[in-house]
Amino acid sequence: MDMLADLVFYLFAAVLLMAALGVVTVRNPVHSVLLLVLAFFSSSALFVLLGAEFLAAILVMVYMGAVAMLFLFVVMMLDIDFDLLRRGARDHLPVGIAVGGLVLFELVVLVAGVRLDPSHAHPGAGLAHSNVSEIGRVLYSTYIYPFEISSIILLVALVGAVVLTARKRSDQKRQSICEQVARTRDQAVELKKVASGQGA
Amino acid sequence: MAELLQPIHTLGEAWFGFLWPLLWTLVKVMVLIAPVMFCVTYLTWAERKIIGYMQVRIGPNRVGIFGLLQPLADAVKLFCKETLIPLHSDKVVFLLAPILTLVPALLVWAVVPFSPELILADLNIGVLYVLAISSMGAYGILMSGWASGSRYALLGSLRSAAQTISYEVAVGFTLIPVIMLTGSLSLRDVVLAQQDMWNIIPLLPLFGIYFISSVAETNRAPFDLPEAEAELVAGFFTEYSAMSFGMFFLGEYANMILVSTLGAVLFLGGWLPPVPMLAFIPGIVWLLLKIGFLLFVFLWIRATFPRYRYDQLMRLGWKVFLPISLLWVFLTGVTLHLLGRVA
Repeated sequence: MDMLADLVFYLFAAVLLMAALGVVTVRNPVHSVLLLVLAFFSSSALFVLLGAEFLAAILVMVYMGAVAMLFLFVVMMLDIDFDLLRRGARDHLPVGIAVGGLVLFELVVLVAGVRLDPSHAHPGAGLAHSNVSEIGRVLYSTYIYPFEISSIILLVALVGAVVLTARKRSDQKRQSICEQVARTRDQAVELKKVASGQGA
Repeated sequence: MAELLQPIHTLGEAWFGFLWPLLWTLVKVMVLIAPVMFCVTYLTWAERKIIGYMQVRIGPNRVGIFGLLQPLADAVKLFCKETLIPLHSDKVVFLLAPILTLVPALLVWAVVPFSPELILADLNIGVLYVLAISSMGAYGILMSGWASGSRYALLGSLRSAAQTISYEVAVGFTLIPVIMLTGSLSLRDVVLAQQDMWNIIPLLPLFGIYFISSVAETNRAPFDLPEAEAELVAGFFTEYSAMSFGMFFLGEYANMILVSTLGAVLFLGGWLPPVPMLAFIPGIVWLLLKIGFLLFVFLWIRATFPRYRYDQLMRLGWKVFLPISLLWVFLTGVTLHLLGRVA
């Protein structure tokens, strides 16, 4: 069974790395987003192998089902000139290399400073309950304030976006159900007596 | 049963070594998927027959007795046709999209409990798995619309994806009270918790919301706006032909059976009989009866109601269903607290 788990791990890890590499190298932005989705999916499979199935499900639901979906919507609706995009990339190359180098340096420092202990590889293994109830317990007791405050912040952002974009437009026809239901025969029908031969 | 399979396991491990669990799982998957695909093909026949009779027609009756071989004839026709790929399409994405629509509809069957023992994978996050996998279905639709390189297809896919996502929210919130009543995310536990009372009794409005939302989520009439033929030709699969079209078709019907099954498991007590007296009839028969009833309602609705308008559809999802299901989450919590059933 361990051999099998290793095989599955290397399969998904290889797909994840290739997809992640593809996200930054392919030319078409829509392909980029689709590869990003593949990368999310492979990493959620890795979470399952670690015994963190709750995190895996949340990763798929939030990142694949919502975040990447919005990316895809936006990127698909943009009319992108690929030549222009590539020219811009060349101009920003020095800055990109500088930022990338800095992140790489930080990663090396971090990895060199921390001794990785394989005994912590399966954080969910020693728990008495399933990790869903364990995460729930921690989230609603120890971390109740950060959890609630972050949800309020998200709510404020949501309401803010609606307030900023929803406005009454005069050139738009909207259905008012109350008006429709309240309409009576008198308002809707007008009887006219047209003399014979005079009607248009 | 376990003893009967023992020789096969011994032989398999001798031949394939550590790969045997993988192969055995594949066998189990095939045993599960084959009946589902069979039901999918015959659901298309049932739909044409039932709607035919509702509209005082006969329906298919030329191929086989009562037209029973019609689905086979249709399948052969789809396989023999030429797969057309439009000139301005993105070929890889264009061909991947139908596969990505069908696969999630089949993946979810892994966690569906047919009886206390008959379940491929009793995940302890079953309900979350269902929500996660079914949220992937919208990708196939979006990809097909974009890759076709046609305006009708793009507009149809945007509509359809927006519709699927909106109604997923409503479906997600109807599942929360079910989980609260069960105290577990495993679908097997959800059924076992309904031993005394089916979930439909305390959660009747939610069952209504679940069913209507699943009609909308599967893009079925009266919410079949993505393929509103009067305005968008055939929506996101306008440019598809032959088997790539057939896969969208199979995906839609597989999704219908899936949401009916989940409805039966979550609200109608799964394999449990309506009264304990009838327990001598096997559980799988009860489950199939419930699924069959819900599928019939799907077809009945299609034969009865005219198509919704797009803004009405969005209003129904966000302004009617979402507040009601949120209120029911709150009421369920309060009730459970007052009854002292909160852990």
